[in-house]
Amino acid sequence: MSGGKLKNTRDAMEGRRSETGFDHDLYALFPTHRPRPEGELKELERIWQNPKGWGLLTVVNNNYIGFLYVATAFLFFLLAGILALGMRVQLAAPLQEFLPQGTYNQFFTMHGTVMMFLFAVPMVEAIGIMLLPQMLAARDLPFPRLSAYAFWAYFVGGLSFFASLFVGLAPDGGWFMYPPLTSIAYSPGINTDFWLLGIGFIEISAIAGAIEIIVGVLRTRAPGMTLDRMPMFAWAMLVFAVMIVVAFPSVILGTLLLELERAFNWPFFDPTRGGDPLLWQHLFWFFGHPEVYIIFLPAAGLMSMMVAAVARTPLIGYRLNVLALVATGFISFGVWAHHMFATGMPRVSTGYFSAASMAVSLPAGIQVFCWIATLAAGKIRWSTPALFIVGSITIFVMGGLTGVMLGMVPFDWQAHDTYFVVAHLHYVLIGGMVFPMFAAFYYWVGMTSRNALSERLGNWVFWLMFSGLHITFLPMHLTGFMGMPRRVYTYLPDRGLDMLNLVSTVGAFVIAAGVLLFLVDLARNFRFTTEHDAGNVYGGGTLEWLPTGLYSTRSIPLVKSREPLWDDPEICDDVAEGRYFLPNSATGLRETIITSPINAEPQYLQLMPGPSPWPIGAAVFTAVFFLSLTVQAYAFGAFGGIVAVVCVLRWLWETDRPIQQQTADIGGGITVPIAVTGPTSHSWWALSTLMVVLGMIVFMGLFSYLYLFGIHPEVWIAAPPLSQSAGIAAALVGALGLAWLSRRSMATKQSGEFPGQVPWLASAIAAGLLGAAIWWDWTGWSAAGLVASASGQGATVFALLSFQACTVATAAIMALYLGFRSGRGLLLGPNSVTLDVVVRFVSYTAMQGLAIAAVVRFFPGELV
Amino acid sequence: MVEAGSAFDAWWGWPPPVLDPAGPYADSVTTLAWVLFGLGVIVTLIVVAAVYLAVNGSKRTKSKLGGERAVWIGGIAFPGIVLTILLVWGLALTASLTKTPTGDEMRVRVTGHMWWFDVEYLDSAGNVVLRDSNELHLPVGEPVVIELASADVIHSFWVPNLSGKEDMIPGRVNELLVQADKAGRFGGICAEYCGGPHALMGFVTVAHGSSEWREWWKDRTRSLPGIADQDVPGETVVLASNPATPPDLNPLDGRQLFMNSGCAACHRVAGTEANGLAGPDLTHVGNRLSLGAGILPNNRGTMMGWIGNSQSIKPGNRMPNYDMLSADELEAIAIWLEQQK
Repeated sequence: MSGGKLKNTRDAMEGRRSETGFDHDLYALFPTHRPRPEGELKELERIWQNPKGWGLLTVVNNNYIGFLYVATAFLFFLLAGILALGMRVQLAAPLQEFLPQGTYNQFFTMHGTVMMFLFAVPMVEAIGIMLLPQMLAARDLPFPRLSAYAFWAYFVGGLSFFASLFVGLAPDGGWFMYPPLTSIAYSPGINTDFWLLGIGFIEISAIAGAIEIIVGVLRTRAPGMTLDRMPMFAWAMLVFAVMIVVAFPSVILGTLLLELERAFNWPFFDPTRGGDPLLWQHLFWFFGHPEVYIIFLPAAGLMSMMVAAVARTPLIGYRLNVLALVATGFISFGVWAHHMFATGMPRVSTGYFSAASMAVSLPAGIQVFCWIATLAAGKIRWSTPALFIVGSITIFVMGGLTGVMLGMVPFDWQAHDTYFVVAHLHYVLIGGMVFPMFAAFYYWVGMTSRNALSERLGNWVFWLMFSGLHITFLPMHLTGFMGMPRRVYTYLPDRGLDMLNLVSTVGAFVIAAGVLLFLVDLARNFRFTTEHDAGNVYGGGTLEWLPTGLYSTRSIPLVKSREPLWDDPEICDDVAEGRYFLPNSATGLRETIITSPINAEPQYLQLMPGPSPWPIGAAVFTAVFFLSLTVQAYAFGAFGGIVAVVCVLRWLWETDRPIQQQTADIGGGITVPIAVTGPTSHSWWALSTLMVVLGMIVFMGLFSYLYLFGIHPEVWIAAPPLSQSAGIAAALVGALGLAWLSRRSMATKQSGEFPGQVPWLASAIAAGLLGAAIWWDWTGWSAAGLVASASGQGATVFALLSFQACTVATAAIMALYLGFRSGRGLLLGPNSVTLDVVVRFVSYTAMQGLAIAAVVRFFPGELV
Repeated sequence: MVEAGSAFDAWWGWPPPVLDPAGPYADSVTTLAWVLFGLGVIVTLIVVAAVYLAVNGSKRTKSKLGGERAVWIGGIAFPGIVLTILLVWGLALTASLTKTPTGDEMRVRVTGHMWWFDVEYLDSAGNVVLRDSNELHLPVGEPVVIELASADVIHSFWVPNLSGKEDMIPGRVNELLVQADKAGRFGGICAEYCGGPHALMGFVTVAHGSSEWREWWKDRTRSLPGIADQDVPGETVVLASNPATPPDLNPLDGRQLFMNSGCAACHRVAGTEANGLAGPDLTHVGNRLSLGAGILPNNRGTMMGWIGNSQSIKPGNRMPNYDMLSADELEAIAIWLEQQK
């Protein structure tokens, strides 16, 4: 596509079509020319200043939370790396006793689990939280307290999970945790429960982060930053977050089922009672393979941005790259069973999954060639990030090629579960994620440190890691061909494995030396700051390099191209002098502009919550809750759970306050509303995302139910009578009606008018109806003779009903909270975000109940 | 059993077994592996060259590389064509490797246990004819169907010289077709992590030439009423002679010790009152090539060591140390077991 044609398309997107009715001619007002009043900047600094001393723990600003998040994720990278060194010492020679068998099995389980769940996913999410607001020129992410909660839950949960290693209670079933090895019969200790605990935390923070990122990317971009002008990292994070929303529910459900089987003997995976071990593998890999791309795509987004910066030219093939990101997201959900080729799958299925596995390498190829083309189009300036970028391309391509080999079913039958796969996955993940991450550290450190990192040390770091990687993992391909399976704590002598393993061990220490040198570099040069940072060392062209403080940029620029800093030399000054949107605080509170999802037209001003101790309180007590359950201190667990819920409600209490000011001037005389409800609002988008998550969990639960019916129909019993099902449906439909009434009675009120008792009371009665329905559903199945521990049907039906019961309990708490707010006069017409959220959640719960009841009662219930 | 001067498990080692096929189900995969390897090297070189030219190439080369055309050619067209060809080949190969058994093949059921392999030779009706452990004997040139089952957790059956691996999954029976085209011993190993000493869960596959196979079969079935006269699977009947039992000097009654020390609770020795099914069948242990599931050579010393102290050899295995037995007692048991052929 020629440059001219591209420009025409851009013009068309900018000028002729307005998404929201916003007049694009208003953009011509910027940059403004009138001098700004004195004191605006001081006011911004005052509003956004962070708490001091111990109060720093209550900080929610993305500069701080993002930095802490990255630092914690990197800590886990180091810890898991140390575990890897321990394993390599053990395997340096045959039949060594450096690590006893049990310890080794814990080490390799923890290495995989920590690297995947506590390092890779949180790290890319953390980089997103750190960089996205600046890249999009938003003041902060839309739910700062949610970010803080997600971070602290991850921090506390991750560290206590890791500590299980020191008392010998770390999980030892492999990061994939296949039952029945992990079922209570073969893993009676609480080690496995610790795994489920650790994963539970990361599930929570990943989902919270995904909601934050989806809403952040789609709704808080600077005006004029159409989807077509978004930095590639924002695209990657958008796809990443959507993938988390679709993929994580599968592993959330899987872990819930495994814990239910372990705690209450519900036989989801026990073939003697109508379960099936392969159900776990489907649930795990439906998450587990997309997980690889969840890690890779954000790193690829970072690569795309850094390649452009070091080559000093815009990325070649921007749209192809976006297409590649989206295509990867889609295809990656169709490849999960390539981890299961050796389970005796039917030939047709292996063929399909083989084809999909090959197809998913095409988008990766597109991205790699976009990067190469960009390097060719520009003039590279060698630097540490440039080295890591070129190294990453090489390593990732090699890993991708062995991936294609493994996608060939007959070859996979030989190489599966051998060291060949160990080599493959480390090439892909180190080339695809770790090297880009190190490049990103060097490239973006100027945003958050007084000094840049050392180029001289950086060179050494790169060459040590690059050579160490090949020394470690290149021989492993052959080690696999020699017949060495994965996950072995030792091997026998005289099998031709000694030298290969010794070389790998040496290589591992070369990598470690590189990482150590990086730590030295950090110690010498890294000094955290939010004000006097080293800045744009490598000459990037995107908005994160605008002059910033804790409030992000002084004014929020109008974006006219993909690399505004390259195209408009004045933009830094104009932004800092307040010549763009929102050069001040329009309300005297923390706020950011919410823009439309496609063309980023200003829509309204969001008020943002500031520092608060409640998110960290909620996180700590969430940790208390899960940890107590793991060590079977149930009373203490209940206490922790209740306190956690109270903390969440307390943090919400301060939000959504009635305000006097209805509109605000966001600069250039443009006024927008302040608080809105309905589909335009960011909270509507966030709740919708959460509903997708819950809906996916139920969907995977129904899949499990139908899957087990397909495998063991002989244990199925008939459903309760039709009259009962009709009654349950009526109760749920009644709840839907009351939810509608609740909103309706609110909408008819005047602005600022107290709406009376009807809105909250209708919601509360609706929640009561939901409770009655689930009670009836549950007891009905019990009366029909269904026992949870007796069959796959009992286990899956009661698991679904338990999930519904939890959702109903949440809806009930929300309805009571609404009542409490109403009693305190915080619920005023005609629209309230809180009411909006509660009503929609109650309605969702009713529909979820209907879906569950319908499927398990009518299919195959009526057919038996 | 152990040839002097060589490693006990000479069935493992150089050349890499994945690249050293001994039968049709491994052969074509080896070819595939080499082709894929060559292709991988070529593509890696192309990409490295492209990166080099992108950075250091002449102005003309750089301008050719530096546009979307290069992405279409290098990132879409080229991989698209190569992957399509590979996919077609892979599908065809998968089809040829997963032929449906005709029903006439010899059948063996191999059941994975934590951490050993139970091996049962079946007749055409599916009844167990012979039971053995950690060792699989096959006739050369005959297709054999292996029924893969599990008694506890998921294991995986893998003899790289003969075929790819297939999982042994509780509640399911998978079928794997293998065939050895040359006589020899081939290492096998559990490839799915199954907890504890998973690393030390192996077995040996022995492929016999036709006359040797006949002898082996007759020898194993000599004491089984009605079996000796039947057809040898894949062969016709020929008689074999019983090997003589060597005399020995240990005065203790190894058999008595075996029965009284608790061994019989877990191990079966056909023709005796030892009928335990939890551990490996020891009926033919005297003939076995290895002990401890493919990890030790089988001789009197290793047998004594295993009985007395198996936990330090293979930590976590299900057999307790019999360290209360004296050396003489261990020797007596070992001698008696040697005679179980």
